[in-house]
Amino acid sequence: MADESKVPPEGGSPEAPIKPPSAGSEPTTSAPKPAAPPGAGLAGETPALPGTAAPPKPEAAPIGGQRPPLQQGGAGIAPPKATAAAPPKPAPAKPVVKPDPWSSPLLEELEKRFPGATSDAVIFRNQPSVTVAKESLIAVCEFLKSDEGGAYTFLTDETAVDYPKREKRFEVIYHLYSFQRNDRLRLKVLAAEGERVPSVVGVWPAANWLEREVYDMFGVLYDNHPDLRRILLPDEWVGHPLRKDHDILRQDDAWVQANLHIPSGQ
Amino acid sequence: MAEATFLDANELVINMGPQHPATHGVLRVKLKLDGEKVVGSECIIGYLHRGVEKIAENRTYAQFAPYVDRMDYVAAVTNGMGYCEAVEKLLGVQLPPRAQYTRMILAELQRIASHLLWLGTHALDLGAMTPVFYTFREREEILRIFENYCGARLTTHAFRIGGLQYDLYDNFENEVLKFCDYFLPKVDEYEALLTTNRIWLNRTKGVGVLTAEDAVALGSTGPVLRGSGIKWDVRKAQPYEAYDKVEFEVPTGERGDTYDRYLVRIQEMRQSVRIIRQGVKRIAPGPIMGKVGKVIKPPVAEVYHSIEAPKGELGYFVVSDGTTNPYRVRVRPPSFVNLQAFDKMVRGHLVADVVAIIGTIDIVLGEVDR
Repeated sequence: MADESKVPPEGGSPEAPIKPPSAGSEPTTSAPKPAAPPGAGLAGETPALPGTAAPPKPEAAPIGGQRPPLQQGGAGIAPPKATAAAPPKPAPAKPVVKPDPWSSPLLEELEKRFPGATSDAVIFRNQPSVTVAKESLIAVCEFLKSDEGGAYTFLTDETAVDYPKREKRFEVIYHLYSFQRNDRLRLKVLAAEGERVPSVVGVWPAANWLEREVYDMFGVLYDNHPDLRRILLPDEWVGHPLRKDHDILRQDDAWVQANLHIPSGQ
Repeated sequence: MAEATFLDANELVINMGPQHPATHGVLRVKLKLDGEKVVGSECIIGYLHRGVEKIAENRTYAQFAPYVDRMDYVAAVTNGMGYCEAVEKLLGVQLPPRAQYTRMILAELQRIASHLLWLGTHALDLGAMTPVFYTFREREEILRIFENYCGARLTTHAFRIGGLQYDLYDNFENEVLKFCDYFLPKVDEYEALLTTNRIWLNRTKGVGVLTAEDAVALGSTGPVLRGSGIKWDVRKAQPYEAYDKVEFEVPTGERGDTYDRYLVRIQEMRQSVRIIRQGVKRIAPGPIMGKVGKVIKPPVAEVYHSIEAPKGELGYFVVSDGTTNPYRVRVRPPSFVNLQAFDKMVRGHLVADVVAIIGTIDIVLGEVDR
């Protein structure tokens, strides 16, 4: 028991390459920057002008299960109140904040080794993210875990996001960490309703409970998972609550009546 | 474990919890015993599940902030800090230094408070009744500082997205420094009670060993990872707030047993005092809020942000669809992931050691179940 340095088993020094975490210094805009007045740098800062908010991006369209969808205002200058600001030059002080395309030696290596398996490589706030084809997920993960792939030996988190309007509604999301490079990487795998995703428990045992939780909350099914059961909700619970179409006002009344002996969960 | 039944020869399956006082809440553990030896275990969790992540989708960013305090309710300050920072990262807001230092000081006070609660209850579980009275006495001082600052003792909701709601009260710095001077000798007292206590050594040394390889493979973070000898701390590896401007050590253990994790947390309390003293020295008057609009409407994007909570890496993955409500908030709770290592740690030990191992992981069920 001492304070002296102990090197992680991977042999790297986790403290050495410290990246500046300050969000403000990172590149945040991809659109050409007109001379923005101070304070107008972000799309979210001036909510008074809804029409000039970030124009719809490709991702924006399928989003929004229960809530009103994003404003689809064509050129983005629709509302009559805002039209005073010269129509030909749209919104002078509105640089769109969105993820930039990501390029790095690691991504090139991935593309070389697994042609066609990766897509949508973007970086936002210094956080790279890449979508991986389901078929090559295990191979990609094993490569990333190996030393030549960056030694991403640590699975920080695995979760999912539901986009009910997309063809493949679930994004299963893996957050990897490499002690050696002190770097995080986000992988995404797309899955349709009822489609099975390969389990990464064989690569990172930490995924066991995390995948059980994804199954419990979203109903995403995993292949080769050692113990795919519900983890937080009771085994006999009906439905998967974190799906966007799960109505929170209509709970599983049958379960509530049988187990709690009251008419309804409300 | 699933196939274990009462009919197995010589093996007995017993339930521990969910109402057992040593399970620190409502953890239920199914133990498969051979005599008094544990040959298998299964944690059954979810008794405190409140659907925090679903609630987030139906609240605005600011409205959701108080809910995160209810996850790890003995360390609400760090929970709230992690959430606020995640949203700030999504927005691209830079905090003024005064807000950063205030957050850091309060978060370190919270770390001490959380470790004190852990130390008192952990020792109580193992039969040492005295420490809990002392640790709660010191914890009370910290809670009093929180109360003076924001009016609440436990679920503090101390910070706002973009900075602080309240500036520090008069005499905050002196009170904190006075606490530091008062507290350091107390840590020596706890150590006098336990560190070389023979009963304590027998109950903790060699119990619940987790090797470094297993700790990494199972995703353990915080004192559980460091007790196994891996010198990794989010505050050092990817510093946030003002942690890159202060000096502190990251204590580690060697054997990865319950005793080492105890020593790691004791050292962490001393290091927290060190951080607090440096923070108080450097805190200067100035603004306490960064540039955040009245309505928080982040760009269509997603960020993951994690901080070193008292129990390990607490991460928030926030997905925005450009509206005022988060599209999805995922909480990566340290207790939940650390609890996965329980089965590995408990096998081969006696039933009496189960309480030691539950205590040493330092779980809070509010966070495990969310």
